[in-house]
Amino acid sequence: MLASFVIVFREVIEAGLVVGVVLAATRGLAHRGAYVAGGVFAGFLGACLVAAFAGAIADLFQGSGQEALNATVLLIAVVMLVWHNAWMASHGRELARSLRTVGEEVRAGHRSLMALAIVCAVAVLREGSEVVLFLYGVAAAGQTTAGGIMVGGLLGIAGGAVISALLYLGLIAIPLRHLFGVLSALITLLAAGLAAQAMRFLAQGGWLNEWVTPLWDTSSVLSEESLLGRVAHILVGYASQPSASELAAYLAVIAVMLVVRRFAGQEGGHRGRMRASA
Amino acid sequence: MASLFPATLLGAACFAALAVSPAPAADVPTFEMTLKDHVFTPSEIEVPANQRFQIELTNADATPDEFDSHDLRVEKVVGGGQTGIIRIQPLVPGRYMFMGEYHAATARGVVTAK
Repeated sequence: MLASFVIVFREVIEAGLVVGVVLAATRGLAHRGAYVAGGVFAGFLGACLVAAFAGAIADLFQGSGQEALNATVLLIAVVMLVWHNAWMASHGRELARSLRTVGEEVRAGHRSLMALAIVCAVAVLREGSEVVLFLYGVAAAGQTTAGGIMVGGLLGIAGGAVISALLYLGLIAIPLRHLFGVLSALITLLAAGLAAQAMRFLAQGGWLNEWVTPLWDTSSVLSEESLLGRVAHILVGYASQPSASELAAYLAVIAVMLVVRRFAGQEGGHRGRMRASA
Repeated sequence: MASLFPATLLGAACFAALAVSPAPAADVPTFEMTLKDHVFTPSEIEVPANQRFQIELTNADATPDEFDSHDLRVEKVVGGGQTGIIRIQPLVPGRYMFMGEYHAATARGVVTAK
């Protein structure tokens, strides 16, 4: 029961923390609950599909189908997060000023919400498929301890949800004038970490053969196996043994985010001034 | 729904790019391993250091398991009755633990790079 708790808990916090950040980032937007719930539900359905066709997926690309799928969905999430941050940079100020949603902002908000719903879906799909496979295996094996394992699994889901809720509550306790800054920094690092993870899957799948050996090892300082290490891994992309390609992807995403935000921020500021003078 | 289309397109493009540039053929040392009754056989393998290699894992159990190793920096699900290839990057000499995450109590092993 404890083992199954640990496995399920681990996977659920990975997806749950992402959902927590998304919920905090969409605070004040109309219909965000429906988008996030829709994303999570779609992710769950996707996870069941991936689990059901795990064998067929694994056989693709000379046995590297699983890695291809992981790398692809991670990169989709990165692009969606970049998009959202650009949107937040151009609309954040107006949103912070008055949590009103009017005209163009509503439409842009829906696009951004959809992007974030996809991020939730992808997170749930990736981690959820592992939970589904694990619990399916337990159920299929018909072990005498199956009941205990299922209880452990359910407790794991509940525990992961509690940690994610704590993150969300922590984030929304931040005063509104700082919240946008904190969230865009967090989303930048989240995206950078996902890009680095994608590099690891590309290496594991055999597509990336250079810059793949670890540059350093800080697992004695903060192990990725520990709860804190795991949370840091998800939220800010902490890796105890990053390779050069992972580091490069991490830094590249941060650079792109900064450029995009600067560009979008200027555009938004310009539009804001035009409106003010009209 | 506006961003659903580009997301799908991006995913398809990414997947297609990976499909047309398939992983290199198995010109690297391959170590066969079997998982049965949630135990790896052999559970200890010795591999050449500083050289890429792969483990061909046959899961002889009915249920899936995940070959998971923080030390080797890989994680891969292998379904019941299926065979999965786990590609591992060059290692510096040392001992590297791995496990079957779904049955970590019994499914454990070590890779020694020399």
